[in-house]
Amino acid sequence: MKRYQELPIGGVIPGGATPHLVQTGGWRSGRKPSFNEKLCVNCLLCWAHCPEATIVVERLQMRGFSYDHCKGCGICSQVCPTGAITMIEEAAITPALATKAGEEVCV
Amino acid sequence: MRVATERLSLLTGAEAAAHAMRQIDPDVVPVYPITPQTPIIETFAQFVADGLCHTEIINVESEHSAMSAAVGASCAGARVITATSSQGLALMLEIVYIASSMRCPIVIAVGSRALSGPINIHCDHSDSMMARDAGCVQLFAENAQEAYDLMLIAQRLAEDHRVLVPVMVMQDGFTITHSAEPVALLPDEVVKEFVGEYEPLYPLLDVDHPTTQGPFALPDYYFELKRQQVDALDAARTVWLELQEEFAALSGRRYHGFFEAYKLSDAEYVLVILSSTAGTAKVTIDRLRRKGVKVGLLRPWVFRPFPAHEIAQALAGKRAVAVLDRAISLGSWGPLYLEISAALGRYLPTRPTLYNYIYGLGGRDTPPELLASVVTDMQNEVDPTVLRYLGLRE
Repeated sequence: MKRYQELPIGGVIPGGATPHLVQTGGWRSGRKPSFNEKLCVNCLLCWAHCPEATIVVERLQMRGFSYDHCKGCGICSQVCPTGAITMIEEAAITPALATKAGEEVCV
Repeated sequence: MRVATERLSLLTGAEAAAHAMRQIDPDVVPVYPITPQTPIIETFAQFVADGLCHTEIINVESEHSAMSAAVGASCAGARVITATSSQGLALMLEIVYIASSMRCPIVIAVGSRALSGPINIHCDHSDSMMARDAGCVQLFAENAQEAYDLMLIAQRLAEDHRVLVPVMVMQDGFTITHSAEPVALLPDEVVKEFVGEYEPLYPLLDVDHPTTQGPFALPDYYFELKRQQVDALDAARTVWLELQEEFAALSGRRYHGFFEAYKLSDAEYVLVILSSTAGTAKVTIDRLRRKGVKVGLLRPWVFRPFPAHEIAQALAGKRAVAVLDRAISLGSWGPLYLEISAALGRYLPTRPTLYNYIYGLGGRDTPPELLASVVTDMQNEVDPTVLRYLGLRE
């Protein structure tokens, strides 16, 4: 941990967005998004609106969610124009697949 | 640098502050009107409308929004000024804390006015004293000339990379904001050179160097970030002293040290007072001096950072000191008294008898006779453990 003299002033974090560093999925409760790939038109509105690093995109293709970061807010399902994203019960089982980067993605 | 040629203009304190803003030509000024500050932004808005400066004025729906817009613009990299009074400052205050913690060098012109309630539009210092812990530099002007000068110095002070916190410049509501007196304005180009260009440290609009600003800071970082603000206010002391040298060379007007010392060096009795009532105090002191009473004045320009050591040194060896507060910390004593009491206790082995008087709340007039009665009290060695009220019906 850095001493106060070593930190950039004002809490500034150089380098831009940081949500991928924080696993906000740990306190998700109640519901989570699920993805129907057949309805997705890949507009990426979900990616643009998600406040965390939850929407996994590979080569401009929506692939699914990283539940490690998902707080369950449901914004993605609200902005999805085709109904490809719906909120489901937390306990529901979702299939997992591995991306090329090796990260587990749930759909 | 040369001393600028003086050009006297008949201006109210509000107009003087607006002229300072016109000459500084800030990028963004988010504003919401409130008496007695309104003539500052009204005059400034006319300057913008007349094309005399190039500021984007943002007319917002409240002071909370004004300070929020100021923080946003400042983080983007803009030079930002705003102005307020009383309830306006109270509504701003939540975001003033954010501004100082995000190290936004916003200059805030304040027309000092009593806080409600009961509702009142006249001067006291309850508004600025409410904001004393917000992490801003706080400067108090005695008259319109100082209101102008301190706005110019405030801009440099705020934007110095060793400081980078908001600076509040107080002038007494109505007494100064609405009273016209001769003011020496510096030539526009001299001000332009003095304030220079603002060089933001982490401008959000610098997309080649992206930053996250205003992040959540939990127990692992919050303490360190608050400690940085302590350093910023400490650095403001150094920068203030440097700037007053530079400003004196430009203007011929010197703000020597952190406070005005009027007939203080040989004084046995001292009045300590902020802002415009110091003018009345000087008249009173002149009258009493003619009668052989050795009385002087100490008037801080800088309340935050509080110049505790310097004030303690200046008051060492005095017989008695009366601190006059135009605000009260209800349940305790006056805020200026509390600072000075702590300073004397910290730095002096033997301290002068210290009195506290509350005066002028809600714009109550304080004529010379009342200030003279304070000196009489000190001569009579009245009980210093009693909080006293000046001009109160009791």
